[in-house]
Amino acid sequence: MNFFLEVLIGGLLSGLMYALVALGFVMIYKASGVFNFAQGAMVYLAALSVVGCMEKGAPLWLAIILAFVIMTLFGIATEKFVLRKLVNQPPIALFMATIGLAFFIEGLAPMVFGSEPRALELGIVDEPIPWILDNWNMVISKFDLVAAGVAAVLVATLALFFQYTRVGRALRAVADDHQAALSIGIPLQHIWAIVWGVAGFVALVAGMMWGARNGVQFALTFTALKALPVLILGGFTSVPGAIVGGLIIGASEKLAEIYIPPVMQDLFGGNFGGIEGWFPYVLALLFLLVRPEGLFGEKHIDRV
Amino acid sequence: MLYREAGQFKTTYAADQQVFPIRQDRIGVIALLVVAFVGVPLFASEYWFSAILIPFLIFALAALGLNVLTGYAGQLSLGSAAFMAVGAYAAYNFQLRVEGIPILVSFICAGLTAAGVGILFGLPSLRIKGFYLAVATLAAQFFIVWCLTKFPWLSNNSSSGVISTQRLIIFGYELTTPVEKYLLVLSIVVVLAMAAKNLVRSATGRAWMAVRDMDVAASVIGIKLMPTKLLAFAVSSFYCGVAGALYAFCYLGSVEPDGFSLDMSFKILFMIIIGGVGSIMGSFLGAAFILLLPIFLDVALPFVAELFGLPFSSATVSHIQITVFGALIMFFLIVEPHGLARLWQIAKEKLRLWPFPH
Repeated sequence: MNFFLEVLIGGLLSGLMYALVALGFVMIYKASGVFNFAQGAMVYLAALSVVGCMEKGAPLWLAIILAFVIMTLFGIATEKFVLRKLVNQPPIALFMATIGLAFFIEGLAPMVFGSEPRALELGIVDEPIPWILDNWNMVISKFDLVAAGVAAVLVATLALFFQYTRVGRALRAVADDHQAALSIGIPLQHIWAIVWGVAGFVALVAGMMWGARNGVQFALTFTALKALPVLILGGFTSVPGAIVGGLIIGASEKLAEIYIPPVMQDLFGGNFGGIEGWFPYVLALLFLLVRPEGLFGEKHIDRV
Repeated sequence: MLYREAGQFKTTYAADQQVFPIRQDRIGVIALLVVAFVGVPLFASEYWFSAILIPFLIFALAALGLNVLTGYAGQLSLGSAAFMAVGAYAAYNFQLRVEGIPILVSFICAGLTAAGVGILFGLPSLRIKGFYLAVATLAAQFFIVWCLTKFPWLSNNSSSGVISTQRLIIFGYELTTPVEKYLLVLSIVVVLAMAAKNLVRSATGRAWMAVRDMDVAASVIGIKLMPTKLLAFAVSSFYCGVAGALYAFCYLGSVEPDGFSLDMSFKILFMIIIGGVGSIMGSFLGAAFILLLPIFLDVALPFVAELFGLPFSSATVSHIQITVFGALIMFFLIVEPHGLARLWQIAKEKLRLWPFPH
């Protein structure tokens, strides 16, 4: 039972890490209807910029600020030079453009900052919390808890930002209806630039957490692939959906990894590890068959 | 002057409905086939066959498959490489386990197996659309590759799922040289491309396009969505499956599941974006472009480096390749969303009027 709980909690906490990446997707999708496949590459770019700036001698706080500036500029540039030119194209074309963008970043970022894997020290150690280990005999990583806290703070900040600021209201208006927002005088292009800036910020947070945990390396781009099932489970347009989806995916994937392979081994023989790679997708897929718009997504009504 | 259909009168429906209604097109296609079947084998070197022409044809076939699904039926798929893997492994297993099965039959069976798997993963398309579906096809990509790695039966108990393909024997004659393999691949690709060309201008193809443009409207005018979408998945996977079998048997000779990665799926997707979504010819143009670009950059970059006196390491070269790739994708989507095929069409329009400007 203890072991089950340990796996479950570990899964939930790593699910929050997925949710961090998924949040970036949701932000952009909500405000501009673009499915930004490059989010994973942006996470990579953000983490690389932090590490790269630190290697040049900047202290951590300065490196973070510099990385934030880089991400914002990059987001704005993307909006200006790529997406604005693709206005009125079908969403699929925009999606494919972001795949191109992902490749672009994946090539450019290591060219500028170097491609060798590096560690990112944030001053949080990845070790079990002694108190829980002693009393409950469970291994819960301190780092995971901090990451969960960061995710919670980020979500709360974003929620407040959306709910109570002028820009946040404008963002929601744009997300609801581009045309109507334009007609009441909301500057669409500014809003999109801001959205890409915010998505860059979310990528920065995710990149630092993931980078501190697994090292800053190319594999960071795969976080996007981890976030996709979270997205379809939670719905593309919902911030709470990203969190809940992340929790479900994280927990079920870790539990599946522990409990399914032995069963399959009994049935077929051989080694069946590594189902983490596809299990979230199949889970999300099965879920979609029941609720095609995800947990919290907006129900889509087709009109001819 | 040369390319003009004026004076070509059609007096029967059959003549009006033929695949290439314009005489110059027919001559062009026949000339192209003659060059491909006779001219190229006479002049091309071994390197050209095994490193460029064979993979080009195979990827063109896979891109054609994806184009049927994405370009004509409008269902975005990110799992084409996985269906190629199904084809490769199915062909291997048919050869291995069915006594005396001819290689071509096993290729067809491989295609059919892939089609079956394609239908299975196409089922969600009835409920979910757009991006949700694109992500769902990723499930196919990861799940299939994992299955091929983990179930030892599928790769005849070889370690980590690597298979070495059997000998290519057709009617008692063994194909060993690259030229012979090239001719085999070429023949299969030509037959399948003609089939696709005919399919997309049939009632089925029109139904696909109607579903692509708006599936609710299509169902209102009486197109049954389920068979139409599933058929698109089946046909697309069949093409990808045959391409995968050829990839294993005629190109590499020994493949592993991880070779059919997500990157390969993206590559095939890029081929149809750059070549032209919803165009048979675009699949070929795109495949040629995507395959030749890295080779071109490999040659060109050291030259540029020397010109500017910059030392490029091989890592930098591969990074530049990826960057240029990404930039080109975006560039094409912005400048010419319909791809190289559209440029070719524009060129034809111009040719018709030439030498007059209007």
